[in-house]
Order: sequence, then structure tokens, then C-alpha cells
Amino acid sequence: MDTQIILIGLAGVLASSAPIVFATIGETFAERSGVINLSLNGTILLTAMAGFAVAVSTNSLWLGFLAGALIGGLVALIVAFSSITLKQSQVAVGFILALTCRDLAYYLGNPFMGLQGPRVPSLPIPGLADIPLIGVIFFQQDILVYASFLLIIVSYVFIFKTRPGLMLQGIGEKPATAFVRGANVNRMRYFYTVLGGMLAGLAGPMFSLSVKAGWKGTISGLDGFGWIALALTIFGGWNPLRAAFGAYLFGLLQWLGLVLQPSLPNIPSQVLQVAPFPLMILTLLLVNIGNAEWVDRTLAALPDKTRKWLANILRSLRTSPPASLGVPFENE
Amino acid sequence: MTMMKTSSRWSGIVYQTLAVLLALLFTTVVMLISGADPIQVYHNIMLGAVGSPTKIADILVAWTPLLLATAGLLLTFTAGLWNIGIEGQITLGAIFTTWALRVLQPTDLPPTAIMLIGFLAGALGGMFWAGLVALLKIFGNVNEIFGGLGLNFVATALTIWLIFGPWKRPGVGSMSGTEPFPLELWLPTLPGFRLSPWSLALGIVAITLVYILLRGTYFGLRLKAVGRNGRAAFLMGIPTTRYMLMAFLLCGIMAGLAGATQVLAVYHRLIPSISSGYGFLGMMVAMLVNYQALWAAPVALFFAALNIGSIQLPIVLKLDSSLSGVLQGSLVLFVLLMDGVRRRLTRPQ
Repeated sequence: MDTQIILIGLAGVLASSAPIVFATIGETFAERSGVINLSLNGTILLTAMAGFAVAVSTNSLWLGFLAGALIGGLVALIVAFSSITLKQSQVAVGFILALTCRDLAYYLGNPFMGLQGPRVPSLPIPGLADIPLIGVIFFQQDILVYASFLLIIVSYVFIFKTRPGLMLQGIGEKPATAFVRGANVNRMRYFYTVLGGMLAGLAGPMFSLSVKAGWKGTISGLDGFGWIALALTIFGGWNPLRAAFGAYLFGLLQWLGLVLQPSLPNIPSQVLQVAPFPLMILTLLLVNIGNAEWVDRTLAALPDKTRKWLANILRSLRTSPPASLGVPFENE
Repeated sequence: MTMMKTSSRWSGIVYQTLAVLLALLFTTVVMLISGADPIQVYHNIMLGAVGSPTKIADILVAWTPLLLATAGLLLTFTAGLWNIGIEGQITLGAIFTTWALRVLQPTDLPPTAIMLIGFLAGALGGMFWAGLVALLKIFGNVNEIFGGLGLNFVATALTIWLIFGPWKRPGVGSMSGTEPFPLELWLPTLPGFRLSPWSLALGIVAITLVYILLRGTYFGLRLKAVGRNGRAAFLMGIPTTRYMLMAFLLCGIMAGLAGATQVLAVYHRLIPSISSGYGFLGMMVAMLVNYQALWAAPVALFFAALNIGSIQLPIVLKLDSSLSGVLQGSLVLFVLLMDGVRRRLTRPQ
């Protein structure tokens, strides 16, 4: 395979991972504040359909993305309202929304199936696009991909380097303490859940207006990405940088599946497309197993050197959720 | 005291009725958005569900795997577990059943014995897949939602690989599935219908067993304790890990049997979407009945009727049949929301 094909392939990985980056970072914001939005898979399908339908009907890409963000925010608002205000199970409501929004997308999207729609144009950055190697990979993309790069950096800086970001960490870890310090915990949880939903809601049109342009109903090939984004949020340890790394790793694996297809004619393409899923389980196992009690016990029985070495590996992989993730906050 | 209880029961009914009305309103608005005539659509769903004896029998055909899945899920929910992996467990059940039938088909075993072994194999397959989720959860700390979801995708991939690879039809593999089994390996049905009384009985037995298990046994009580407060149950001396594992394995067995009935009584072969989404639908049923076994059977029957009723929507009205999913989903959602509203309004200040 010559270099040019590999470079274009890698550029494709960055582009096709951009929606996952948006959804994963959106979910990271919501979960950092203490709310799990399990509806992501439905949100992405519904906003992909709605964004495409709006863009086709109005011939405006911007309105397509706006519709996606609004619907994503609305779905997240339902999760926030039912869990924060009504104290219902976040997981239950999120799961129901994941299924209902999916069916809603398939039902309402029926008339738009297979239509020709607008598509986000590619936007090479003058000067930077001509840099050898890097130019092709990073700077001959469309505006959404640049936005995803920006989102990774901005959200990382926001969460870890700014005052409101520290507050966000506080309401997810120790809401009572944050409350005493003057944070309106529940209002902030509403805000970040809806913000996260809007980011996830942009992921749908990013698929249907760019990465996998068009709407093809059940064979759009979008079913499942939301669940992956949820898993990547854990894999990323609620850190935008690590989450983005996970998204790119996943995109790379899917691309490798496509590239390897011709050399493995006995394996149907559907199988290679899901190859990342077992790997996803494996990575979740790796980042979680360090938290298991029996691992500690087993480690303690090992000789000193091996133990330290293994413990270091596990610690570097291990992630722990925000302490009050999924726990409602009641200010007495 | 009694008066308060009665009034809270009445208010519960009022809120639930309101929830149903809101769900109908929401679904109607969705129909209007799509430009359909709601009265015509509801009429069509009704006709499609109960318009003829064949259709009523079809509802029972769909009810069977849904009952099996819901019965199993009531156990995992009671233990406080989210067995989203149930779709994969149904699929693995179907794969194992198909496997057993393929292996035993050329032997001299009587068809009844082969089908019986097929059911056992299905139960084993579902149990195996549920066991994986349980092991990942118990020993790997992997949340059962993500372990289960991942394994669902793996199960689908496995099915497709089998259909296009080792088990492909003579000639070329296709999405229509494997070669159908000979007639003598079809579970006997009522004459003229697709309904097999044997698989229906299996579903009814399963939900009854779960009802008794949760209602009147020591095992059920302890399972509830594990689900309510795992830490406290553990401190009280209940082996929580073993109970969680048991809940997963039992649920897997029932899911696997659901997959077996799909192969033996409905499709008579392995198809790509063999689980037909009954696992996820079972989760909706369990949530709607607030995890109470008593109401699970009638609600599952209603959901099955909606599924069957919407099958002809694409043909008659050119609408997508996923509309039934919208109605089912909004029903569960609004019941949950209204329950929250009721609690909020009646909370002692």
C-alpha cells in the first residue's frame, strides 16, 4: 500500500471519528456533573434523521445542524427533568429514550429515505494543507473535523484548568461540598446535561450530512454508535483527551476492518465492522479490572517486583467514575 | 390508614390513566407530523392485531418469546441488574438450537428427541452468554450494561458469520438465513395456525415460575434484598455474588429458550435478526409493570398485539412499522414520568 493511500485513510479516520468525539465529550460533560444520559444511541439516530430532513427541506446545512443540537438538547432535558426533578432512574429513562428515539427516527424518516441531500464541503486550510504528510491528514478536512479538534482542546482546558470547570468536577464528586460553596448543584446539572445532549445532537447531522451522508433508515449503519460513545466515555475516564484518543482508536479499528476486507474474503464485511466491539469489552475490562477486590488480593500474593510492575500498569489504565454519578442531590 | 391507602391507590390509577392518555396524544402528534390520519392508523393497527383468528394466533406467537424474555428479566431486575445483554442471549440460544439440530438431523434420533435437545441447547447457549456478562461484571468490574451491549453486537456478528460462512445455504449465503429445517423438525402447530401450543406453554410456565419464585420463596426474598441494597445484604450474610450470578444464569436460560422457540416454532432456520428485538421489548414491559410479575403477562400480550398490529402499516398506509415502538416507548416513558410527578406532588412536606 503506498503512502498516499495510508495518509488519506488516516485522514478518513479523523473525519469519521469526529461525530463520536462530539457525542463522547458531550456525555463526558453530563456525567462529570453527575447525570448519565443513556439515550445517546437514540439521540444520534433521531438527530441524524432530523438534521438530514431539515437540511433537505430548507436546503440549509446550518438549519440541519441547529435542528440536531435542539433535539439533542431536548432529549437530554427529558433525562435531566425526570432524574433531577422527578427523581426517577436515569438509566431507565435514558434506555427508554434510546429505543423510542430510534423508532421515532425510523418512522418519521421514512419519506426522506434515499433522498439526495446537501453535504458539508471540504475546506482545506490554505498553507497548512500543503505541509507534507501532516497536511493531508489534518488540514484537508471539512469544518466539522476542525471543530472536533477544537472541542477536544477547549473542553479539556475548561474541565481541568478553569474555575467553572473545577466547579463542574465538584458537583459530580462532592455535590454537598459544592453546594455549601455556593453552587446551585441541580441547576448546573441541568445545564451540563442539556449542553452534553446538544453536543451529542450535533453528532447525528455530522453523520447524515457529512461522514455517512444521507438517510437510509435501518440500513443507515448508524445504530450502535451511541452505545460506543457511552463506552468510550468510561474508557476515557471522563477526560476529553483520553476520550478522543479512544474515539480515534475505534475509528482506526473500523478502517483497518475495511482495509483488511479484500485479504480476508471468507469473513463477511458485517463481521469486520463489529470487530471493535469485542475489543471495546476488552478495553473496558482493562480499565475496570484494577478496581476489583480480587485483583488486589492476588497482587498482594505476588513477589514484590512483579507486583509493583503489574500494579503500575493497572493503575495507569484504571479509571474511576465521578463519585456521585447517577446519585440525585437533595439540598436539605 | 386504610383510607389513605385507598386514596393513594386511586391517585395512582388517575396518574397512570393520564400517562396513557399523554402517550396516545404524543403518538397521535407524531402521526400528524408524518401526515398520516391517526384514526385510520389506529383502526389499521387494531384490525391488524385482532382482525382474524390467524392474527390473534400470531399475537400469541409473538407473546411467547416476549414472555420468556420478560420472565428472565424480572429476575435480573429484582437483583438490581440491568441485563441489556438479553438480546445477545436470545441470539445465542437460537444459534445453539440451530447447531444442535444441524448436528442431530442426519442421525436416527426421533424428531421429538432432536427438538427436545434443541431446546436444551438453546437454554445452554443463553446461559453461556449471560454467564459471560456476569463474569465480566463480577470479576472484571465491567458494568453489565456495557458488557452486555458489546456481547449483543458480537452475537449478531456471529450469526451473520454463520449464515454467510459455515452454515450458508447450498450455493450462496444470503440475508434470508440458513437452509430451512425439514418439516418433521418443526414444532407442531395448531392446525391452520402458526401458533405452537408447546412453545406457548413454555412461556406461560416460565412467567408462572418466576412469579412463584419472587413471591413465595426464600430465594426470591434474598434476591430482592440483594437488589435493594447489595452491601447490606452482604453484611447480613447473603452471598450477593452468587445470587447475582444465579439471576444472570436463570435469565440467560429463559432468553436462550426464547431463541430456541424462534428457531423451532417460528422461523425454522437461523436468520440475521433472530431475536426480533424481544429482549429490549421485554425490558420495556418489565419497566412498565414496575418489575411486578403479576402484570407482566397481560402487558406483554398488549405489546405483542401492537407489534403484530403494525406489521401491515407499510403495506396498507405506506408508514414505517416502527410506529408501534414509538407508542410502546412513550407509554413506558410517560408512566415513569407521571409516577415521578405523583411522588413529587404527594411527598409529605
